[in-house]
Amino acid sequence: MSPLVEQDVLQRVLGTALERGGEFAEVFVEDRTTSSAMLDQRRVEELSSGRDRGAGIRVVVGETTGFAHTADLSERGLLAAAQAAAAVAREGGGGVREIKLSDLIDYPSLAETAPGDVAKAKKIELLLHADDVARSEGNSISQVQVALGDSTRNFVVANSDGVFAADHQVRTRFNVSCVATGDGGMQTGYRPIAGTRGFEILTADAVAEAARGAARQAITKLDARPAPSGDLPVVLAGGTGGILFHEACGHGLEADAILKQASVYTGRVGQLVASPLVTLVDDGTATGEWGYLAVDDEGRPGSRNVLIENGALTDYMWDYLRARKEGRASSGNGRRQSYQHLPMVRMTNTYLLEGDSDADEIVAQTPLGVYVAQLGGGQVNTATGDFVFGMTAAFLIENGQITAPLRDCNLIGNGPDVLQRVDAVASDFSMMPGTCGKDGQSVPVGCGQATMRLSGMTIGGTAS
Amino acid sequence: MSDLLAEAERILESARGSEEIEIYLSRGVDTEVRAFQGEIEQLSTASSAGIGVRVLHDNEGGAQVGTAWAGSLDAEAIDDALREARDNMRFATEDEFVAFARPDGVAPARLQLTDPSVSTTPLDEKIAMAVELERLVRDGDSRIRQVESADYSDYVAEAAIASTLGVRATYERSGAYVSVEAIANDGKDDQTGWGLSAGRAPRELDVQKAANDAVSRATRMLGAVKPASMKCTAVFDPRTAATLLAIIGGSLSGEAVVRGRSFFANRIGEEVASPLFTLLDDPTDPRHFSASTFDGEGLACRRNVMIEDGQLKAFVYDTVSARRAGTSSTGSAVRGGIAGSPSAGCRALALLPGELDQAEIFARVGNGIYVESLTGVHSGVNPISGDFSVGITGLMIRDGQLCEPVREITVASTLQRMLLDVMYVGNDVEWLPGSAAGQSLAISGIAVSGS
Repeated sequence: MSPLVEQDVLQRVLGTALERGGEFAEVFVEDRTTSSAMLDQRRVEELSSGRDRGAGIRVVVGETTGFAHTADLSERGLLAAAQAAAAVAREGGGGVREIKLSDLIDYPSLAETAPGDVAKAKKIELLLHADDVARSEGNSISQVQVALGDSTRNFVVANSDGVFAADHQVRTRFNVSCVATGDGGMQTGYRPIAGTRGFEILTADAVAEAARGAARQAITKLDARPAPSGDLPVVLAGGTGGILFHEACGHGLEADAILKQASVYTGRVGQLVASPLVTLVDDGTATGEWGYLAVDDEGRPGSRNVLIENGALTDYMWDYLRARKEGRASSGNGRRQSYQHLPMVRMTNTYLLEGDSDADEIVAQTPLGVYVAQLGGGQVNTATGDFVFGMTAAFLIENGQITAPLRDCNLIGNGPDVLQRVDAVASDFSMMPGTCGKDGQSVPVGCGQATMRLSGMTIGGTAS
Repeated sequence: MSDLLAEAERILESARGSEEIEIYLSRGVDTEVRAFQGEIEQLSTASSAGIGVRVLHDNEGGAQVGTAWAGSLDAEAIDDALREARDNMRFATEDEFVAFARPDGVAPARLQLTDPSVSTTPLDEKIAMAVELERLVRDGDSRIRQVESADYSDYVAEAAIASTLGVRATYERSGAYVSVEAIANDGKDDQTGWGLSAGRAPRELDVQKAANDAVSRATRMLGAVKPASMKCTAVFDPRTAATLLAIIGGSLSGEAVVRGRSFFANRIGEEVASPLFTLLDDPTDPRHFSASTFDGEGLACRRNVMIEDGQLKAFVYDTVSARRAGTSSTGSAVRGGIAGSPSAGCRALALLPGELDQAEIFARVGNGIYVESLTGVHSGVNPISGDFSVGITGLMIRDGQLCEPVREITVASTLQRMLLDVMYVGNDVEWLPGSAAGQSLAISGIAVSGS
């Protein structure tokens, strides 16, 4: 395909961005098309299509970053944005600089079936299939909502160091949300399917499994009792518990928080920060996962970075700006929501490596505790380390058996403390997709782990 | 007539045959400054524009609607969006309740929501406010160890909505904010505090107040402990109370109700809250930063009484949810920018103020917990079942006085229970960005999970 903006134009724009004396300039040009379809109560309520195109330009002068963005991709529009971004360089400088980009590295899309090649009627067939399967799970299912969304994000990034890269990220997502109604009120169930892939991930079987899972979760919760209040051992089912690490330490290991000394993990590289069972990886190269990227939004190839090894902190995650301050290389974690946003340090796919326990054994060896089958997100204060995450499907464990379903609630803990409490990790590894919000920007991320146990954590329920 | 509305009318001329078209155009200018260690860390200036198109066709079995949007107002983007919306329409289910808004004769409130000085204030003055904010926090207390972010931001946004059914609406709004996050340390542990000041222009901002707020919230959390689990009365501060009201507002959406996703469904007329609880959604009150003359379908915004003296009075509706419910729109369509279709939502919630100030509420509560921040609201609150469980930081209330700070605990109940358990509503209304104002709110029977 033809480039979004020609190389010689990008070079002139970068030269102009540095004319007032900046030290680094970058142009990020993005063309994103999205489509979505929503089914509610068997009605196809809305098909929507969108397109967003534009460029974000940043200029770094000392400790200061100037940024401007424009939807005008003509050379005139780009030069105007470059001048606006350069306004932070107040000392003048040596006029327009000559910038030479290296040869374009163009990363291919992983999608086998591009969203644009799928008939809209085919998408609707899948939505209806999910609805059928969900309703067939039981008469108590009172509401079913199914959504399908895809995006194709073509971008080119070029900077004054000569980096010149292009990527074509295709992401596909399918969500089933069910409500079951019983004597005690309404309960909800939810299952996502998501990948940095094309339509091929949405097989009829995968869609049916998600629908069944969401419906059963809602029906099961009709009998749920209030969750306990207080400290108990917690077993997290494979996949979903990755959110624990995302919140308990992931955000605190992002170099922007570290360099501002706004993380409890500042200055702790080389130290034991977790149980020896914890080896934590952030991996942009996890092919096809929701947080996969061939290249990050600063033109740095995605990479697999070990953050914690056998409990010892090995490294933080880095973007261009923070790595530059420390005189090291970026770890491929520079990401942004769109061309309208500045990149910052973000996770990709963050996961705990498998252990050698057996998942069933872990439950059997827990006399009293909580079994969390699904988590629904979380939040952390990186400076204090306090974090929460919510359980959306959970059960009591009594005498080593999974028993009564529990109502939704948050769990709360302190990152460095909870990481020490990991006392068993199984080998049934799986991943879950999520959306990570930070400083007003959302990006797709993956989380993963095998079934594991925490020796104790505070359950935020109401039952004493 | 604004040039955006003229542009929207021009696009309407391309309507074919018996199709209906609705055009939403928006345009905005934003400035953001972040200061760090006396310098500009980030300075961002940008303008953006976009279009959202909906095309509708009435058939015998009901109407079909299709949607498309583009982040640009150039001719090619607009043509593409129209074509895509028409194509998408063909696949929608025919639905007798689907319709665009029709002008309903309600006159828009006369509101002045833009302060032109946002645009004329020199950039250097805006930068200086961020730098000053950071300095005031650093100098505010010797225990302030770091200022994680000290931000100034502002915007001017305008929008136009026009449809082939005769809707013609334009609105404009400006806003300016300073916000700051401080980290305090007492030699043992770190605690954080957040301060904010909001207005329609930089001249309305109180930088000193935002700084004081962040400093006092961070420093008084020092030495925080994790208390034992208990059941007690919680007093939510105005900011956290506003968050609670916004959650309640979500369940008062007529759309959630007709979709079977609200615990308020079929309860109009019932006592759903304490008699002290009167909740309004009033976008025509200019004290709300989210005030608006028109809703997301171009109908006039109006004052809606949602809960009166504890009795559930009404839901808010857009056109489609109102038709499904057999009623008419309350002028409450909200849309999430160009990419979002209209849906029913509260925009400007506020409780009728009570008679007590915060100190009087503490005195009457005697013993309990004062809640200053919430975490995990999106993961721990289920607006369909009503389950409520969030992480908090705050201070213990003992004998009517604020005492030791507490952290790493959750407070839990159900939304249904909490509304009935409201004991006191404060008179200390704080107007905040977002969809709700807040004031001190005391709620009994809260389960606190700690050590």
